[in-house]
Amino acid sequence: MTLRLSGASLSHGNGVHALRGVDLHIAAGEQVAIIGPSGAGKSSLLNLLASALQPSSGEIQLLGEQPWQLSSSQRQRLRARIGLVHQTPPLPARQRVVTAVLAGKLGQWSLGKSLLNLLHPLDIPGARRELAKLDLADKLFAQCQQLSGGQLQRVGIARVLYQAPELLLADEPVSAMDPVLAEHTLNVLCRHAEQHGVTLVASLHAVELALAHFPRIIGLRDGQILFDRPAGEVGQAQLDALYANEQLLSPPTPSVTLSLQIPRC
Amino acid sequence: MLNRDTRDPAALPRLLLTLLALVLLWPGIQLSELDLGVLLQADSQSEMGRFVAAFWPPTHDADFLQLLLDATLQTLAIATAGMALALLLAIPASLLASRALSLSAASLGGRPKPLAQLLRWPVRGLLIFLRSVPEIVWALLFVRAVGLGPTAGVLAIAITYSGMLGKVYAEIFESVDQRPAHALLQAGSGRLAAFVYGILPNAAAELTSYTVYRWECAIRASVVMGFVGAGGLGQQIDLSMRMFAGGEVASMLLTFLLLVLLADQLSRVLRRRLA
Repeated sequence: MTLRLSGASLSHGNGVHALRGVDLHIAAGEQVAIIGPSGAGKSSLLNLLASALQPSSGEIQLLGEQPWQLSSSQRQRLRARIGLVHQTPPLPARQRVVTAVLAGKLGQWSLGKSLLNLLHPLDIPGARRELAKLDLADKLFAQCQQLSGGQLQRVGIARVLYQAPELLLADEPVSAMDPVLAEHTLNVLCRHAEQHGVTLVASLHAVELALAHFPRIIGLRDGQILFDRPAGEVGQAQLDALYANEQLLSPPTPSVTLSLQIPRC
Repeated sequence: MLNRDTRDPAALPRLLLTLLALVLLWPGIQLSELDLGVLLQADSQSEMGRFVAAFWPPTHDADFLQLLLDATLQTLAIATAGMALALLLAIPASLLASRALSLSAASLGGRPKPLAQLLRWPVRGLLIFLRSVPEIVWALLFVRAVGLGPTAGVLAIAITYSGMLGKVYAEIFESVDQRPAHALLQAGSGRLAAFVYGILPNAAAELTSYTVYRWECAIRASVVMGFVGAGGLGQQIDLSMRMFAGGEVASMLLTFLLLVLLADQLSRVLRRRLA
C-alpha cells in the first residue's frame, strides 16, 4: 500500500477550503490521473500527497508512514522518497540546467557532496541521461532563464526522474508543451513508472491525455472526489458534470450577420 | 469618483499614509532646528569661503604623496580586514535569523511556527545590539584597550558591520523567491543545501552589491575613526586640519573620491557578472 487518505481536509490560511473530506487509496505501482476544473483542488491534493502541506484534518499515510507523526528529520528522509513535478518548476533564473537536475538528489546526498556538486557537477552523465529522455540534452549547460516554459517543465521532470522517487507526483506536468511533446513526455513518465515499479499520480487539464495514458481517473471538483473509476468507464456525462460551470455565460453573439466574403485559403 | 465601478480599496489607506507622513515630517524639521537661511548670511559665507580657499592647490610633493599612499593603504586594509571579520559573524547570524531556512515555513505557506520564530529573536537581538552602538564609540573604547592605531578601527568596524550585514543579509534571503528552496525542502533536502541551491543563486547579485557598498562605507567609517586615533587617512586629515594645511586635506579628499569611484566600479563589474 502506497497512499491512503482518509477524511483529509485542507483549508488555507485565508479560509478557503481547498479539500473537503477526501478518501483515497492508491496501491503501489498504480498510475492515476487527476482531472477537474481549475480551482478544484488538484494542486492541493498533490501537495498533500507530497507531504508538502499538512492536512487540517483527517489522516494521511504515505509509503507506509504517517508523515505528520514523524520528527522533522525523519519526514525529510521520507520526502526524499517522494518526487513532485511542479507546474511551473521553481528554478533560480541563473542556475544551470545541470545543477537544477542534479539537485533532485539533494535529499539523498550529504551536505559536503551537495556543496561540492555546486562547485563542479559530480554526475554530468546522469543529468545528460535524464535530459536526453526528454530531448533536452543540448541544454545541459544553459541557464534556466534562457529556457522556454515548456523546456523548464522538462527540466523539472528530469530533476524528479534523476531523484528516482518511489512515489512520483506531477502537477500539470505538460501544460506548457505542444501536443506532440506532451504526448512524448507523458509516455516517458508512464514508462519510467512502469519500469521501476513507481507509483505515478498526475493532474492534467487535458482530459484526452488523461484518458489515453492512465488506467485510473479521479475527477475532482470543489475539493471533493466526484468520481474515481477506470479510464474506460469515464463517460461524457461524467465529464460534463465535472466541468459544468454556471458562472460562465458565453458572450452574446452579434445579431447582425455580416455579409462579408472572407476568402479561404 | 467613489462609485462602485471605479473604487480602489487601496485608495483610502494610501491617502491616509501620505497625510500621516506629512504630519510627522513637520515636527521633525522643527526639532532638528533646520534653518537654511543661516547658510546665506554674509559672515558664515566668508567663513566657509576661507576654509575652502585654503584647499587650493592640493599638495602633491613626493614626500606627502608617499605619506598619502601609506595612509590610503592602511585605510583600505582597515576597511577590508574589518569587513572580513564582520562577515565571519554576519553570515552564520544571518542564516540563523532569516526565515528563509525555516522547514516549517515550507509547509505552512511561508510562515514559520511561532516557537521557531521565537528562537530567531535572540539572534536578531544580538544583531540589533551590535549595530546600535555607533562604530565611533566602539573605536573610542578599543583605542583605550589596544592603544592608538589601526587595530582599534578594525575591531570597531568588525563589530558594528557584522550587525548591519547580518540584518540585511537575513532580509535579502527572505526577499527573494522562496519557492525554489521550498521545493527542495519538500523533496527532502537539508536546509543548508536548499539554501545554497534555492536562495543563493537569486540573492547573489544583491548580496554582492550590498557587501561592496558596505565596504565603501567601511572605508569612510575608518576615516572618521582616524580622527579618534584609529590610524589611516582619517588620522592624517585630522593632523593636516590641525596644522591648517588645506592643500593636504584637499589631496586626501581627492584620494577619497577615487576610492569611492573604485568601489562603485567594482560593484558594477561584480553585479554584471552575477546578474
